[in-house]
Amino acid sequence: MNLRLHVWRQRNAADSGRFVTYPAADISPDMSFLEMLDVVNEGLIARGEDPIAFDHDCREGICGTCGMMIDGQAHGPRRATTACQLHMRTFHDGDEITIEPWRADSFPVVKDLVVDRTAFDRIVAAGGFITAPTGSAPDGNAIPVPKTSADLAMDAAACIGCGACVAACPNASAMLFTAAKVSHLGLLPQGQPERYARVRRMVSQMDAEGFGTCTNHFECEAACPKSISVRFIARLNRDYLRAVLTGGGEPARVEGGAG
Amino acid sequence: MSATALPAPTGKEQTTHPAASFLASSIGRKVVMALTGLVLFGYVVVHMLGNLQIYLGPAALNAYAVKLREMPALLWGVRGLLLVSVVLHVWAAASLTRTNMDARAVGYRRRRNRESSYASRTMRWSGVILLLFIVYHLLHLTFGTVHPSFVDGDVYHNVVSGLQVGVAPLFYVVAMLALGLHMFHGVWSLMQTVGLSHPRYDRLRYAFAAFITAVVVIGNLSFPLAVMTGLLKEPASRKVAIHTAP
Repeated sequence: MNLRLHVWRQRNAADSGRFVTYPAADISPDMSFLEMLDVVNEGLIARGEDPIAFDHDCREGICGTCGMMIDGQAHGPRRATTACQLHMRTFHDGDEITIEPWRADSFPVVKDLVVDRTAFDRIVAAGGFITAPTGSAPDGNAIPVPKTSADLAMDAAACIGCGACVAACPNASAMLFTAAKVSHLGLLPQGQPERYARVRRMVSQMDAEGFGTCTNHFECEAACPKSISVRFIARLNRDYLRAVLTGGGEPARVEGGAG
Repeated sequence: MSATALPAPTGKEQTTHPAASFLASSIGRKVVMALTGLVLFGYVVVHMLGNLQIYLGPAALNAYAVKLREMPALLWGVRGLLLVSVVLHVWAAASLTRTNMDARAVGYRRRRNRESSYASRTMRWSGVILLLFIVYHLLHLTFGTVHPSFVDGDVYHNVVSGLQVGVAPLFYVVAMLALGLHMFHGVWSLMQTVGLSHPRYDRLRYAFAAFITAVVVIGNLSFPLAVMTGLLKEPASRKVAIHTAP
């Protein structure tokens, strides 16, 4: 396959950046999208040019490191697929492909297609720890968990934090990510003691990071490589409302003595 | 483990009043949008149903208007609630729009939408059209300021003569189409925002929104269309009586 790539090149955070067109020649349809970029980069290195910088790690769709806007779609045109698992057979010979970094003010571009996603880490950190006994390992099944809750919690925990939801959202909102992270502990008995404090803190951190807000376009769910459902956003809204209405998760008022 | 390993709480709710931090939060502003939208949605349905009485003739419609005026507590209570709702709805929309625009200062060169609808993407525009329409509609048929021959109390005459001339009927038609888009996305969307979602019932949200929107839009569109096609016209005798009235 022969392709023409329009790639966003930006030397560093201070650089204004521009699109540069590269030919991608003799691409095998069995290559992944990242392998195709590797081939292009080898050509650039051989010519003494700076290779296209992009994030990647496991290349098997489970780490959440890779991700770029491919022809206007986060991780490219295939549903439930990361850029590393996207194969070139999805495209046609002679295609022109526009490749851009995730665009959100909370995800500043570091270089080319690499963006800084530590805003996500700070949202997770704001959630804090759960109270759990740290002695010997608990007996299996000592805490009963309904099968449906376990399944739903697992669906939420499938989030790999790649940022495609933010990238695809017309408002650059991080609601789907935050919803997944709030829900996977909120659904389990071990997550109950801090449930409402956690949702308050994580939403507050999400807002502080400058992400947009949800207007229910549901582009996030369509772009999510793990197909995380927007129902988790409804669940997040529900938990947050419950926390606010009942005062759940507010710091305890000190009344009476310590005895 | 020392407590210093814990991330410092970054939430602001410790220092500010809970209501203030709720209204400042993204979800809080969305909930304000949803609940005020629910009020406006309910009003639009009742307003359309009340107006259907125009098909019963001038006497029935004008009697309905008199009946409403005889209940000032209800009339002004509803007007007050609507005014508060519109103000809060517009405030939430403006505030959220600003947040959303600030969240992505640099956009994409190429963008392909997968899941969003025309209605969802045009909420801001349909909202602005509706706001302008509400102002016009009040000046046209409530205050009569921009009405060519406004007669206080003769609702039937005001509607029929007001929708006959100039661009007024066209504006009504455009505004009702905007209302259709705005209401369809708004009605099911507000359920998602207040957390009403369940795999078994989610499809019903769309069906309900589509049905109720179609009913309201068709009902409302019928008025200007009925006047334009001559289905609704002023009784000749009444017309004379009105024009000779002091």
